[in-house]
Order: sequence, then structure tokens, then C-alpha cells
Amino acid sequence: MFSTGFSSNDLLFLLNGAWVTLQLTFWSILLGSLAGLLFGLLRALLPRASLPLAWVLDVFRSVPLLIQFVLFNSLKSIVGLNISAFSVGCIVLGVYAAAYFTEIVRAGVLSVPFTLRRASRSLGLSFLQDLRWIVLPMATRVAFPGWLNLVLGVMKDTALVMWIGIVELLRASQTIVTRIQEPLLVLCIAGLIYYVMSLVVARLGARLERRWQEND
Amino acid sequence: MIEIDNVHKSFGDLAVVKGVSLTVNKGEVVSIIGGSGSGKSTLLMCINGLEPIQKGSIRVDGVEVHDSTTDLNRLRQKIGIVFQQWNAFPHLTVLENVMLAPRKVLGKSKCDAEELAVQQLTHVGLADKLKTFPGKLSGGQQQRMAIARALAMSPDYMLFDEATSALDPQLVGEVLDTMRMLAEDGMTMVLVTHEIRFARDVSDRVAFFRNGLVHEIGSPDQVIGNPVHAETAAFLKSVK
Amino acid sequence: MFDYSFQWRSALRALPDMLAGALVTFETAALSMIFGVLIALALTVMRESKNPLLRGIGNGWVSIARNTPSLFQIYVLYFGLGSLGLHVSSWLALLAGITFNNAGYLAENFRGGLKAVPDTQVRAARSLGMSAFQAYRMIIVPQLLRIVFYPLTNQMVWAVLMTSLGVIVGLNNDLTGVTQDYNVKTFRTFEFFAIAAVLYYLIAKAIVAAARLMAWRLFRY
Repeated sequence: MFSTGFSSNDLLFLLNGAWVTLQLTFWSILLGSLAGLLFGLLRALLPRASLPLAWVLDVFRSVPLLIQFVLFNSLKSIVGLNISAFSVGCIVLGVYAAAYFTEIVRAGVLSVPFTLRRASRSLGLSFLQDLRWIVLPMATRVAFPGWLNLVLGVMKDTALVMWIGIVELLRASQTIVTRIQEPLLVLCIAGLIYYVMSLVVARLGARLERRWQEND
Repeated sequence: MIEIDNVHKSFGDLAVVKGVSLTVNKGEVVSIIGGSGSGKSTLLMCINGLEPIQKGSIRVDGVEVHDSTTDLNRLRQKIGIVFQQWNAFPHLTVLENVMLAPRKVLGKSKCDAEELAVQQLTHVGLADKLKTFPGKLSGGQQQRMAIARALAMSPDYMLFDEATSALDPQLVGEVLDTMRMLAEDGMTMVLVTHEIRFARDVSDRVAFFRNGLVHEIGSPDQVIGNPVHAETAAFLKSVK
Repeated sequence: MFDYSFQWRSALRALPDMLAGALVTFETAALSMIFGVLIALALTVMRESKNPLLRGIGNGWVSIARNTPSLFQIYVLYFGLGSLGLHVSSWLALLAGITFNNAGYLAENFRGGLKAVPDTQVRAARSLGMSAFQAYRMIIVPQLLRIVFYPLTNQMVWAVLMTSLGVIVGLNNDLTGVTQDYNVKTFRTFEFFAIAAVLYYLIAKAIVAAARLMAWRLFRY
């Protein structure tokens, strides 16, 4: 019959890896969202002055993430920065996420019709009030699906941190494969965990989106 | 000759056409007027088989439209239709829009098709727009291009589905003039329209549709000038 | 501040080899796009099909391609197929993995593009006597091409970036693979990978520029 060397301990090991994946995703998305929000607003409101910023961020979108990990990791040792591999992973992924989120925020802010902003300013709202009460709430709805896609994308991209020695889900599965020599089974389980994590995030996001739409 | 006999058409549970009979003779111009949802546009779509019907029959020159053995592509070659939303092909120039079907459907050579297209476009007053893309034209110009596109197939019949309803008021005239010209040339036409005065001018007969049925039909002077039914009079009053 | 002396001069001597690697990278990405587009077209048709099996395969493919890491997909093809006795080279596994990924993402784009071309266009074409096939080929597909052109360009750039994952399954002749070889031999990690980064950036920009030029030539409307 069907016999396997895959034990419950191995499953626990995989789930541990998945937990690392989730943590990496959380921190890098937090970092990426904050930086991306700031950069995106700059890009939308001061398009000319922030052009160099756009060029820099474009580099992060045009160089493979793997290379970015390696470069940052080696830069870290060159300047003698003493931070963990996990932090390196979060920073690189965070900057990478910020580069994408900047464009999402920018598009969201620009999607708010100019006439609407003029209308709110004509009511006597200040620039910041207009931003806070009119532009951001409307832009959020436009940008949210993009942000959600980014979260899912980053979650999948965390798989690359194995290259700098972090044991996350994919690396954990590889370790087990090396021991029990049943790659297809172990990889399928790992794939299933990825799939379920993605699905849960996507479902939560869709529910949030629906709730907003009901309020419209 | 278009013979429409007791046609029923519904979308799911919603019955739109509920037993319409109407005959359009060769060379005749028939206008269909009526409120929205009265089934008049749907009937046009059924005449060239763009929409299936549930009951009844439509024959064009004796050929059953809604019969699985009928070659609809052949039949449609002799029935031109102009839509409310003109439906220009945005990726082709004005000339290419008109040339496409004569080349690909009728198998004309590029040269012949071009000559034909230029002729039709000149006819509708677009000779100076041949190389322009439809996106750069006004609604009225696009609609005239759509008329030329249909005419390039040398159809025996022309159907107009509220051809001026989506146009800005100042552009309606140019399209109506083109249609009038066509009517004077003796084209057999069925037009669904809200332009009552135009319908009265060009039509041989006018049909008033109500609730998916022909409520009143007759000469323009009778139906528009002196309607028998109270509903017809009420409708005419509401659109004036 | 730090006692590390950069040695760009010796690193740059590897440039010819790295350029050869860049060519492999570009070719692999281009191949994966060609196969990816073809499969994506098939998937798009399958997902619209009335046959539940075809629909299931189409939806399953798209769903797995989009919800698991591309590195995972390459892994499954490399280690997974190997355990079934199907030994594939690391290059083939990489190509197949990226193709699988491309096809999934593109199929989703194609479906969205198809929805963006209004039904009335088919109607207008059919009313002129065109067959369904003619209407698709001459009216729908050209318009679809314009809608999906930008996503297609993006996917091509991603395909190039994804080829860098080949090194993880042992590929050593693409840009990242060559770079890693030099890195292992000399431990000049930063220099070599910085050069690789510049080359990747240039490839990505060249693709975007070429696409702009093509779009300008193709879509005059």
C-alpha cells in the first residue's frame, strides 16, 4: 500500500516554515505600504520634483529579486551591518513592495477626478483636508485590489529568501525532501499550503471590498 | 419583400415581441415608432437573424430567416443594418472599415473594394476622411460611415435602429439627410426612430408599437396626423 | 568606514561571459513567452468551454500558476518530475516553469481583454455577413491585441526576471548562473552581482523601449 517517510514532525516543520513566510510577508508589506504610501503621494502631488524617485524605484522593479537579495546581503557584510538574515529579507522585500505600491497609490490618487477636488476646495476645505477626507478615501478603493495583489505577490516572492539562508516554507520542504527522498509528495504539500494561504488572503480581501461596496 | 408573421421573442422570462405581423414591400419605407421597451429594436435584430425568435416566422425574399438550413451570412449580405451606437471598427481607418466586408465576404479585389468604398463614402460626404480612424470622427460622421459600410455590400434592404438617438442634437440633421437621400433612391428601408417629423416625411407607412405588438399602422398622415387610438395620440404628444 | 576594496577592473573582465549569459537569459524568456502565449490562448478557450473537464483544467492551471511561487513551480518540474523517472535538465525545468507561470497570468489577461471588446463589435461584423470566425480574426483579435499589449510587455519583463531562478536548480549558463560561477570562484559577490543587476536592468528597459516602438507602429488609432 501507500507508505511514506513523511511524519507529523515533518508537517510541523513545514508549518513552521509557513509561519516564517507569513511573518516575512507581514513585515515587508508593512514596510512597503508605509514607504509606498509616502512615495506614491509624492509622485501624484509633486510629479516633477519626484521624478528621480520614480527612476530609482523603477530599478527595483527591473532587477531580479534574487539579485537584490544577494546584493543587499553582501553590502551588509561590506559595511559591517550586524542584522539578521530575516531583517535583510524584510528590508529587501519591503523596498521591492514599496516600488510597486508607489505606482498603485499614484494611480489611485490620480483616479480621483480633478473636478471633484475642485468642488471640495470650493467648499472651503484646505489642501490637507481635501486630501484626508476626499482624495484618500476614494483613492483607497481604487488602490485596494492592487494592494491585495501585491500582498499575494510578496507572499510568493518570500520563497526567494531561502537563497540567503532563511528557512521558510519552500526551504523547509527542500530539507525534508533531501531526507526522505519523496520530492513530489512534499512539494505538493508545500504547494497546498501556499495555495491555501493565498486563497485565505484573497478571500479576506474580497470580503472587505464587498463591505465597502455595500456602503457606497 | 420582408414578411413578418406572428413573431414572438423573449429574453428569458421577459416577453419583448408578442406576436407581430408586418409586411414590407420592395421599395417601401416603413417607420416603426413607439416608447422604449415596446420591442421595436428587438424586431429589427430578428429580421437579419442577430437575435433568435421563439415563435412565428420571418421571410426575406421568400427565404426563412430562422431556419437552421439558412445561410445567415449570405442572407445578411442583402440586409444592411445601422445601429444606434454606430459600432465603427476602431482599429481600422474609415476606408478600411468600409472595404473590409466587400473584400472578405464578397471576395472583391482590393482595387474594386477600394473604388466601391470611396464611392460610398463620397456619397455620404466623407471623401476627405478616408485615412482617418473612427475615433477621430464626430458621432454623426461615424454614423454616416456606418451607413456607407452597410451600403458597400449593395444590400436590397436597409434597417436603421434608432440611428440618430445617440447623437448630439446638432449632428442629427446630417445623418437624417443621408437617410433621406437613400429613401429617395428607392431603397427598401425599415427604420426604428424617434424622429417623428422625419418619419412622416420619408415613410410610406408608419407602425406604432406598444407592448410588443403593432398597435396602429397606416399611412404617415393617418397614424401621425390623425391617429385612431388614444395611446398613439398620447405617445405622439409625449415625444413632441 | 569599511575596509573593503572594490575590484571593478577584474570583475569587468568577466563581462563577455556575462553578456553570453544575458543572451541565454533573453532567449529563455522569449521562448517561454512564445509557448506561454500559445498555451494561454488555449487556456482562454478552454475556460469558456461548455465541457466541465476542459474548464476545470483551464481554471486549475490559472489558479495554481497564480497562487503558488514561481520558484515552487520550477521546483516541482525539476525535482518532482525527476522522482517520476522523468529527468529534465535544469534549463528545461526553468523554461517549463516560467512557461507554466506565463500561461496562467496571460490567460487571465486575455480573458479580461476579451471582456473589454464590446459584444456589439461582433454584432456589427456579423450583420455585414461575416462568419463568426472572420469576425473574431478581423475584428476581435486585432482589438484584443492592443488591450493585452501592455500586460504582455510586463509579462515579458517578468519572464526575464524569473529566469534568474534557474540558478537555484543548478542552471549555470544564464546571466545569474554565470555570475554565480564567478562569485564562487572569486568571492567578489558585490561586484559581479552589481554588474548582473545593471545588465538585467538594461534588458528590461530594452524590452520596454522595443514594445513602445512596436505599439507606436502597430496601433495608430
